[in-house]
Amino acid sequence: MLKFTKEHEWLRIEGEIATVGITQYAQEQLGDLVFVELPAPGRSFEQGAAAAVVESVKAASEVYAPVSGEITQTNESVVKEPSLVNSDPMGAGWFFKMRIADPAQVAMLLDEPDYRALVG
Amino acid sequence: MSAAIQPASDAGLKRTPLHRLHAELGARFVPFAGYEMPIQFPTGILKEHLPTRAAAGLFDVSHMGQLAVRPRPESRESAARALETLVPADLLGLGEGRQRYALFTNPPGGVLDDLMIANQGDHLFLVVNASRKDADEAHLRHELAQDCTIERLDGRALLALQGPLAEAVLGELCPAVASIRFMDVRTLSILGVDCAVSRSGYTGEDGFEISVPVAAAEPLARKILAHPKVEPVGLGARDSLRLEAGLCLYGCDLDENITPIEARLEWAIGKSRRQGGARAGGFPGAEVILRQLAEGSARCRVGLRSQDRTPVRGGSKLYRDERAQTPVGHVTSGGFGPTVNAPVAMGYVAAAEGKPGHTLFAEVRGRRVAVAVSELPFVEPHYKRGPPVEK
Repeated sequence: MLKFTKEHEWLRIEGEIATVGITQYAQEQLGDLVFVELPAPGRSFEQGAAAAVVESVKAASEVYAPVSGEITQTNESVVKEPSLVNSDPMGAGWFFKMRIADPAQVAMLLDEPDYRALVG
Repeated sequence: MSAAIQPASDAGLKRTPLHRLHAELGARFVPFAGYEMPIQFPTGILKEHLPTRAAAGLFDVSHMGQLAVRPRPESRESAARALETLVPADLLGLGEGRQRYALFTNPPGGVLDDLMIANQGDHLFLVVNASRKDADEAHLRHELAQDCTIERLDGRALLALQGPLAEAVLGELCPAVASIRFMDVRTLSILGVDCAVSRSGYTGEDGFEISVPVAAAEPLARKILAHPKVEPVGLGARDSLRLEAGLCLYGCDLDENITPIEARLEWAIGKSRRQGGARAGGFPGAEVILRQLAEGSARCRVGLRSQDRTPVRGGSKLYRDERAQTPVGHVTSGGFGPTVNAPVAMGYVAAAEGKPGHTLFAEVRGRRVAVAVSELPFVEPHYKRGPPVEK
């Protein structure tokens, strides 16, 4: 199941685990990324809290935890090679996996057509 | 995600004569100093920055202020002598066809703006920062009213062509540009229009700044961009290029509370304006500035390099170690340097902390990041200097 936030994160949900990244639209808006900072596995975040940081040449932006939960795994490839987020944001450019604390939050997220309508 | 993703609000923003061309090229616009300006083009900041150092980039800097300062006929003071009362530069020694970097200072010794002053024979031609042009014009009118007339050259756009191929590219339109050297200024005909062309810029590369009548700006920009080696460059790469070149951005690295000595811009104070010089002092804040020149200042501008990949940006506080509570300085501008291929920054630190190689810690999102004090610039400049032509 693929879900989106208004803040341009995507989640691929498999059971109780969500894989999280930023959308194609977000990477286009940010431009070339030069730095990614990921949360330590084991840390827990409330929905909407800043969980990761991406930096372009120009500016730093926070990536929010799209749901509450605990980080189970991070993608060190994007730390080593931030441009993966630009070249494959919905694939190899994923950020982290988290254990979903409250499945009710998932139901409130956007489906793909709604997200597409949002970014025009 | 936060920040970064915000469309430019164009309410009340001015546009440069090249706005239509930028839009056609797919620019993303941001508000900057009251103008709607291109922050980047579709290829992105990295692919604007790197080709500028390797080939050539074209920048629209028409938002900057262009002014002509002329002596009043009834005044015995030349415009240069009058303007010397506002800047510590040697302007009487500035030959015709030459330009010089200068600073408007204030009585406490701070900097009101940094600017270029060119001797155009019958007048001085000034290029000032967009964010300061109204204030600078008012300052000039107020201080020089008796001796000079001040004309704002709003009928002119300003283009910068920067990079190692700038001479070859502009030379195809105007062969005479090859004969001028760093900080020379000439009136040259390009595409049949008289332009004020200087060999200067804000990237650390060789290049030209071209003051061109508004009506001729777009055709000239299109002609230059038609060259296969030239990329259009937005404000994002302009900032990363000038940062690597160790050049100050007014409002970040320079302001009313920073003296030229603290900013390590001693070279902008002419020998004749220093203690023992023919026209020592005589500019606002001279007492403070010349004392600091002789004795040193309590803080100084330094380069900073992160010891990991974390970009350190303007506003970060700097500490002596990972635990210290009292900062010893702060970062004034910083980001990723594409040519250096690493984060680079500039800031102000207590003089005792300013030795190259010294490790400090910048606070980034609550974490202390080790940074090394570094020499400026971060990249070697490639100015086309000529033989000395001045006394």
